[in-house]
Amino acid sequence: MDKVLTARDLRVEFGLPGGRTARAVDGVDLDVAPGEIVALAGESGCGKTTLARTLLGLERATGGEVAFGGTPLGRSTKALKAFRRHVQLVLQDPSGALNPRHTVYDAVAEGLRIHGITDDEPGRVADALARAGLRPPERFFLAYPHELSGGQRQRVVIAGALVLEPSILVADEPVASLDASVRGEILSLLLRLKEDAGLGALVITHDLGLAWSIADRIAIMYLGRIVEQGPVEQVLTDPQHPYTRALVSVLPDSPVAEPIVLAGELPDASKIPGGCRFRPRCQEVASGSALAVLGQCEGEDPVLGSGAHAVACHLVHARMAA
Amino acid sequence: MTTSTPTSPRALAWARRRQSFARSWAAYRAQRTGMIGLVLLGAIVILAICTPVIIDESALSVTQATGGRMAPPSAEFPLGTDEVGRSILALTLWGSRLSLLIGLTATVVAIVIGTAVGVTSGHVGGWYGWFALRISDWFMVLPSLVVAIALLAVLGRSMGTTILVIALVSWSGTTRLVRAQTLTVQNRPYLERARALGAGHWHQMTKHILPNVLPLVLASATLLVPSAILMESSLAWLGLGDPNVVSWGSILNRASDNGAVSAHAWWYLLPPGLAILLVVLAFMMCGRALEAVFNPRLRGEPA
Repeated sequence: MDKVLTARDLRVEFGLPGGRTARAVDGVDLDVAPGEIVALAGESGCGKTTLARTLLGLERATGGEVAFGGTPLGRSTKALKAFRRHVQLVLQDPSGALNPRHTVYDAVAEGLRIHGITDDEPGRVADALARAGLRPPERFFLAYPHELSGGQRQRVVIAGALVLEPSILVADEPVASLDASVRGEILSLLLRLKEDAGLGALVITHDLGLAWSIADRIAIMYLGRIVEQGPVEQVLTDPQHPYTRALVSVLPDSPVAEPIVLAGELPDASKIPGGCRFRPRCQEVASGSALAVLGQCEGEDPVLGSGAHAVACHLVHARMAA
Repeated sequence: MTTSTPTSPRALAWARRRQSFARSWAAYRAQRTGMIGLVLLGAIVILAICTPVIIDESALSVTQATGGRMAPPSAEFPLGTDEVGRSILALTLWGSRLSLLIGLTATVVAIVIGTAVGVTSGHVGGWYGWFALRISDWFMVLPSLVVAIALLAVLGRSMGTTILVIALVSWSGTTRLVRAQTLTVQNRPYLERARALGAGHWHQMTKHILPNVLPLVLASATLLVPSAILMESSLAWLGLGDPNVVSWGSILNRASDNGAVSAHAWWYLLPPGLAILLVVLAFMMCGRALEAVFNPRLRGEPA
């Protein structure tokens, strides 16, 4: 438990014009330990990125807490700075994540300079670049981002995070803006970092195939809340929550026989439906198979059960109890 | 990608900086008006610096003047003389020193204030950003000449106050420009990355925002110098300049006070007037060219 990044009942609300409040993250429990890759999947707008930003202390939680190694994340600049040596960010678009006026060396050394680590700067930078798969590192020291390919830029961003020797990486759609041919390389880099260096990672993605290929555990997020969580094989081969079933059903070789097309749009985060938040779009409710628990669906917010494979659905709970 | 094996990263970073400077220089050189302006400006500055070598300062003394009263151009006085018999050529050349000095110093002061307020108001935002913006708006809508006259009347006439007053009335434009650019850079993902790395406001402003803002600041500074020179000349012409020194504006002030117009003494009015025109033109040409180099949108290239 010493270097685990945990979120407990994490809530992030934004004030909107007109006095409305958007609940972007609405009670999330999540653990990321070193040596495991956790995928966080869900539709665009479900709060994945806000959750990631909050886990990094870039967004202020309005409720609940983020903790690292059992210590709650402080609010002071000093506490945040210390925290950031342990938990690092990899952004979606590597072209934007690098200052075009900084060389690769400066970009990677930035973290060291911020944290005042001055001993053997070139050695640390070279080591981080090499671990991120840019070899020989000296060749890349003076390149500018625009002289590199997309995959190389993402490696530079990863090297910039690795140079601080973090135990957890938070990667927000790390390959979404890369060519298909480069995606595999970056993903295998993440896997290698996990196996060789015991690095933990939270990979945010909307691509379940990607989650399948790299993650150990997966958390499915819907409208600010995690609705299903468990080992990636279990969740994707035997999805329980109707929302997960719908997501999985459209994959090739899906364990769900019929493709399920969800009705309607993802509701606005300022108008989260009462009861089960998925109820208005739920195919089980629509087909009438959830009649037995419909009262609960309308009245109670389902709780994500404990256990390795946890689901937040009244129908699943009722079936398991039966 | 570099081909050489690096010796020290710092030395090679400087090598890369030299390269990017060479690129900007090539882009600047491609602009004919910019080059004309630069040559013109170089000549004027060299002339201003060398003036004490060419003409002794005693030529400015009223008591040691040797020429006739408002004498037309002659072999001895190529540009004629003023009402006490001093050479207009000497006055104009000595005046260039002061006009350039005041123009440049006032610009530097205005740019420093403008950049500091612009970057901090754009980056910090919130209550402070709103307040700083309102202050700069206030300075922007005030008629600058009127404010300058009022301030000079209160603070007294000297070179220092002239510089301060010109800087005070001209910093707000830079603030606007810098703030707008800061807000653009502010939302780039690399600032998010820097924050995730643990960077504080100071690091973000000095390492990321300022380097992205400075080229524009440089271009706008070059365009601010001529307006500062014009402002100095206007104030001196209105009799608000330092009475102990000679600037182009003060020459014109003396000329109009002493009836140069009714005496048809064109040689008294034209040299300082044309000098102002030339310097302003040269700075404008350089400034426009710099703007085009640093703002790729003006070159019609994608940024």
